Amino acid sequence: MYDMKALYEAKSVSHACELLIEHPQSQVIAGGSDVLVQMREGKRAGKELVSIYMLDELRGVTLDEDQNIRIGSLTSFSHITHDDIIQKYIPVLGEAVDMVGGPQIRNIGTIGGNTCNGVTSADSASTLFAWDAVVELTGPEGVRRIPISEFYIKAGKVDLRPGEIQTAILIPEKAYKGYFGHYTKYAMRNAMDIATLGCSVNVKLSTDKQTIEDARIAYGVAGPIPMRTKTAEAFVKGKKISKELMKEFGEKVLEDVTPRDSWRASKAFRCHIGEVMAERGLEKAVKRAGGEI
Amino acid sequence: MVVGKSVQRVDAVDKVTGRAKYTDDLCDKQALIAKICHSTIGNGKVLSIDTAEAEKVPGVVKIVTCFDIGEKHYFPTAGHPWSTDPNHQDVADRLVLTDRVRFYGDDIAAVIAEDEVAAAQAVRALKVTYEEYPVVLDPIEAMKDDAPRLHEEYPNNILNHTSSRFGNYEEAIKEEGLTKVEGWYDTPTVQHCHIENFICYAYQEGERLTVVASTQIPHIVRRIVGQAVGMDWGKIRIVKPYIGGGFGNKQDALYEPLCAFLCKQVGGRLVKLDISREETFMSNRVRHAMKFHLVSYVRKDGTFAARKFEAYSNQGGYASHGHSIAAKAMGAFPQLYPCENVECDAYTVFTNRTVAGAMRGYGMPQFAFAVESHTDDVAKVMGIEPIAFRKQNLMPVGYVDPFSKNELYTDSFNQCMEKGMKYIDYERKLKEYQNQTGDVRKGIGMSVFWYNTAVWPISLETSSCRMVLNQDGSVQIQLGETEIGQGADTAYAQMTADVLGIPFENVHTISTQDTDITPFGTGAYASRQTYVAGFAIKQTGLLMKARILKYAHELTRMPEYNLDIVDGNIVRTTDGRELMTLGELAKEALYSLEHCEHITSESTAQIKSNAYSFGCCFAEVEVDVPMCKIQLVDIVNVHDCGKLINPSLAEAQVHGGMSMGIGYGMSETLLYDEKTGKPLNNNLLDYKLSTFMDHPHLEAEFVENEEPTSAFGTKSLGEPPACPVASAIRNAVLQATGVAVNQAPLRPQVLFERFKEEGLI
Amino acid sequence: MSEKQYKLLTCTINGKKTETMVDVRASLTDLLRNDYRLTSVKKGCEVGECGACTVLIDGEAYNSCIYLAVWAEGKRITTTEGLLGPNGELSDIQQAFVDEAAVQCGFCSPGFIMTALEILDSGVEYSDAELRKLLSGHLCRCTGYENIFKAVKKTMYKRLGKEWKDC
Repeated sequence: MYDMKALYEAKSVSHACELLIEHPQSQVIAGGSDVLVQMREGKRAGKELVSIYMLDELRGVTLDEDQNIRIGSLTSFSHITHDDIIQKYIPVLGEAVDMVGGPQIRNIGTIGGNTCNGVTSADSASTLFAWDAVVELTGPEGVRRIPISEFYIKAGKVDLRPGEIQTAILIPEKAYKGYFGHYTKYAMRNAMDIATLGCSVNVKLSTDKQTIEDARIAYGVAGPIPMRTKTAEAFVKGKKISKELMKEFGEKVLEDVTPRDSWRASKAFRCHIGEVMAERGLEKAVKRAGGEI
Repeated sequence: MVVGKSVQRVDAVDKVTGRAKYTDDLCDKQALIAKICHSTIGNGKVLSIDTAEAEKVPGVVKIVTCFDIGEKHYFPTAGHPWSTDPNHQDVADRLVLTDRVRFYGDDIAAVIAEDEVAAAQAVRALKVTYEEYPVVLDPIEAMKDDAPRLHEEYPNNILNHTSSRFGNYEEAIKEEGLTKVEGWYDTPTVQHCHIENFICYAYQEGERLTVVASTQIPHIVRRIVGQAVGMDWGKIRIVKPYIGGGFGNKQDALYEPLCAFLCKQVGGRLVKLDISREETFMSNRVRHAMKFHLVSYVRKDGTFAARKFEAYSNQGGYASHGHSIAAKAMGAFPQLYPCENVECDAYTVFTNRTVAGAMRGYGMPQFAFAVESHTDDVAKVMGIEPIAFRKQNLMPVGYVDPFSKNELYTDSFNQCMEKGMKYIDYERKLKEYQNQTGDVRKGIGMSVFWYNTAVWPISLETSSCRMVLNQDGSVQIQLGETEIGQGADTAYAQMTADVLGIPFENVHTISTQDTDITPFGTGAYASRQTYVAGFAIKQTGLLMKARILKYAHELTRMPEYNLDIVDGNIVRTTDGRELMTLGELAKEALYSLEHCEHITSESTAQIKSNAYSFGCCFAEVEVDVPMCKIQLVDIVNVHDCGKLINPSLAEAQVHGGMSMGIGYGMSETLLYDEKTGKPLNNNLLDYKLSTFMDHPHLEAEFVENEEPTSAFGTKSLGEPPACPVASAIRNAVLQATGVAVNQAPLRPQVLFERFKEEGLI
Repeated sequence: MSEKQYKLLTCTINGKKTETMVDVRASLTDLLRNDYRLTSVKKGCEVGECGACTVLIDGEAYNSCIYLAVWAEGKRITTTEGLLGPNGELSDIQQAFVDEAAVQCGFCSPGFIMTALEILDSGVEYSDAELRKLLSGHLCRCTGYENIFKAVKKTMYKRLGKEWKDC
C-alpha cells in the first residue's frame, strides 16, 4: 500500500493538464518505476498523484509527413526497442533503452518518465541528446516544442510548466538521416543497474566513407544533466578516419565533461572510462556507418 | 536405495505453484503492523523521542520508544546452541529497543498501527533528539586509544583477541636464505540477500506467546525470545514455515524478540513485523569485513619456514556471533598449509557498522580470499607454478587436527584439483595466457579450501528425530533441522527411506518446525544438517525398524532376526519371501483388538565428531584493462563432501555458493558514509548482487570419498561452495595482468586505482 | 490521507473476470495477495529490483509491486496459480523448474516462471545470451541462475519441437 494522499486519473491529455492545475502540489505518474519507488522510500510519501498511465494515445512510435520520428511519451522501453520504425532509422535508441534496468522495468518504464525526472543517468537521455531530439510539451496554453538540451535545466529539474505534461519526443529527419550511432552503458553489472557513465555517439560519413562529416557525442553522468561534448564533436568534423583520430577524440572529450566524485565512482575513474568509451564508441559508430578504421 | 539418487525435491511442486506458504502468506490480514524507528546517527545516545505528532496519525495503535521498555532484559542474538557454562555463552548486549545507538539504523522505537501506511507515517513523524558521538568504521582505527568506545566493558573496542602459536616464529625467520612475502588483504562487508526479507508475526493465546518467523533456527529463537522478553521458555512457541533463504542472516534472532515484545505491549494482539529490503541491509546482519596481514618466510625449495597471520574482524555495533568467525578463520590457517612455526592473532573489533553475524562460509570466504591470494603471491615470488606450489605445501593425507580430531583420510585435494584442471584445461591456458600485452587479457586462477562440518568440539552438536508410522505403511519424519531452500527435507526423506527400507514416496518430511511439537534440534547452520541429522535419522530409524519388526514377529511368528523391511514389505530374510506389506502391518497395529500400538520412535543423537570437507575453484577471466572490467569466462568448483545424498541438489547448492562467491569477488560491497556511518547502497539496485547476465555457465563437480565418521558417508556442502571463488577470480586477474589486487571485490573502481598504480593505464 | 479513496476495478485474473473495490493506494501485489490470496506473488523488495512479484499483464511481465492496482482496469492478469491445467497439471515451464532442480528456497520461482512464460510464449528461439538478458530482471540467491537457465532453455526447445541438447 502506497502512502499517497490521493490519486487522480487523467482521462485525456487535456484532463491531465486540468488536474495538474487543480492540484498544484501533485506529481505526475507515468509508469511509476521512479515515482512509486520514491514514494515507498518516503521521499514522495503523502503526495497527490496525477496518473497519466492509462492515456493510450501517448503510446507508440510514428513517422510524420516530414519523416520526423514521433515517440509518444508513454511508450515503454521494450516497445521502443521492438518498434519497426526505431529499428529501421535509429536502432541505437532501441539498444540504449534496452539497457535500462531489467525486462520488467522496460515493460513499465516510459521514455517520458525517463526524461521528465531530469536524471543524468537515464539511458535514453544521452542518446536523445546525441540525436538532437525535440521534446513536445502540452499544457493549458497549448503545445510547445523545445530541444532536449533546453528541456533539462539542472539535476532533477526539467522545463515543465504548471499544468504541462510531456506528450512526445521527436527526432527530426535531418538529425537521423545518414547518421549511425552506438551507445555504451558503463555499469557495475550487466543488468539491473544504473549507468556509472553512459555515452552515445553518432556519425555521418562522407559518401566515400573516408571522412567524418558530422559527429555527435553525448554523455549521461558526466555532469549534473546529460550533455554533449562540443569540443570533441568540432574536432573530428571533416577529419579523415583513423585509429589516431579515435584516440584524439577520446582525449578531447575531457575538455567538456565534468563528472563528480561520489561513492559510486570517483571523478578520475569516470573521466578515464569516459575517454575510453568515446574512443571505442566512435569506432563502433564509424563501423556501423560503413567506415573502416 | 534412494540415497545417492537425484530424486525430485519433496517441495518442488508446491514451490512452483505458489502453494508453499511462507510467513507472510500465513499471517492473518487483520494483523496490526509494526514498524521500527531506526536511528539516523551512527553512534550516540537518544536524548528524547517526541511522539506527539506521531500519536495523531490516524490508525496508530501504540508507540513504544526505547524509554518505555521497562525492565531491561539484555539478550544475545547469535544462533548458537545455549551453553549452560556462563563462560561459553554468547555476549548478551542487545535490547529490543535501545537509547544507546551503536550503528546507523539501530532500533530506537517502534510504532504499532492498523496498517503499514499509518505505521510508516508515524515513524516519520517521531522527533528524535540525539547526543552524537564520532563514528568509527574500521577495526584497526577502532582499536586505537582515542577511538570512540562502543561498549564500556570492551577497551579499545576489542570484543575478543585470540592467538595461537606453533614452534618458534621469531627464531625460524632467522634461517638463512629465506624469502619473505608479506601482504595486506581486505574483504568487504556483504549481505546475505535472501530474496525473502526477514518477517515475523506474534500473538498470544492465554499465557503463551507464538512467533511465526522466517528463521533458520526455531528452537534457538525460542530460547532467545524467552530471554529477551523475560518469559519462561516453555511459554514461547516458534513456528518456522517455508523460508525464502537465510544464508546465515536468519541464524540470528533478528526481530523475533522485538515482535514478541510489541505483541505483549498490545495485550497479545496479532502483530506483524515485515522488514524492508533497505532495513535488511542496514539493520540485520552482514558478513564480517576482515583485514588480514599475512607473512610467509619461504625456503628456496618452496617450503614454508615460518608464517604469520593477523586478522582484524569488523564486528559492527553488537556482538552477535562475535569472535567465532575470526577464530574460525584463524584456526584454518595452520591447517591448510601446515608449517612448523606459525604465529596467529585474530581480533574482533566493535565498529559503528552494521552488526556482523553468520554468513555462508563463516569466516572462510574471508580467509580464502586472503590466504589463497597470498598463496599465489608467494608462488609468484618463488617462481613456482601455483598448483605445484600448493601440492608441495597443502595439508597432507593422514593429517589430523589435534583439536577437532578431523582427519584427511583420502587424497581429496589432489583429486579435486585434477578434476578442476581437466575441466578448465588449466595447463594449456596457463601457458597460453602468460606474458600478455594489449587491452584485453585473459587469465586463469584457482584456489583451494577446507571446511568443517558442524560445530563440535566448539559447541554442542545434537539432533532429535521423530518417526510416526501411518496406517498405509508410510512414515512422517520430524526434525528440528530446517529446510531453508537447500533441500534438507528431501535429503532427510531419502535417508529415512533407506534406513527403514520403505519407498522414498512413503516418507513425509514435516517441513514446518513448531517448537511445541518438533523434536529439539538447533537448526540450519555450520553446514551441519545432513551430517548431524543423518545420525538422528539413522538411530531413530533403526529404533523404528526394531519396533516394526517386533510387531511383525507377533503377526508372523517369525523371529525378528529373520525379518527385514524391504521396499515397504516385511520380508523373511531366510528365503526372501514377502510376508506382508508394511501397510498391512501398520493397519493391524493401529486397529488390533488384541494389541493396539501406535508405532513411533524418537531419539536424540548427540554427535562428538566433525569432518573435513574439501574443494577448489578454477576461474578463467578476461580483463578489459582500459575499461577496468573483468568478465568471468568460465568457472568450476570441485568438492569432496563425501557421499552425495542427492547429486542434483548437491550440484544446485554448489551453483548458489559459486554465485555468492562471484559477487564477493567481483561486485558486492556494502558502503558507508565515512562521517555518519550511514549505509550508502542498502538496496538491491545499488548493492551489486550478480544478475543472470553476470555469470557464465557454473560448473559443479564432485569427488566422492565417503566420510568414515558419517552416518551416511556425507559431510558439509552448504557453505563450502562460496569459499574459494573470490580468490580464484583474483588469482586469474593476477595471471592476466600481473597485478595483485588485494581488495575484494575487484570492482572497476578498485581495478582502476590498481591499474593506475601499476602503470597499466 | 484523510479519507480513503476507493475505485471499482474490473479485470481478469487467471482467466476469471473479477470486480473489486480497491483502495487506490494499493499496488497490484497488494490486490493479488490480499484480495485474491494469490500468494505466489512474492514481496522481495517492493521497489522493482528483485522480480519476485512478477505477473503477466496482457502477456507482458511486470513487477506487480510498482504497478498500481487501478491500472489493471480491463487487463488480463496471470499469476503462477493460473498456469495449472484443468486437472491441476503443471504447465511445461513449471514442470521444467521441477525437473531441472531450478527451485531451492522457492521464493523467486513463481516470478521467474512468469517471465519465462512471456519469453516462451513469444515462440522465438533465443540465443543463450538473449535468454540471460530476458531473464535478468529477477534476482536469485540460491541457484546462481544455472538451473533456471536450463529449465527455460529446455522448455524453449521443447516448444519449438527441437532436440534438447544438454546446455
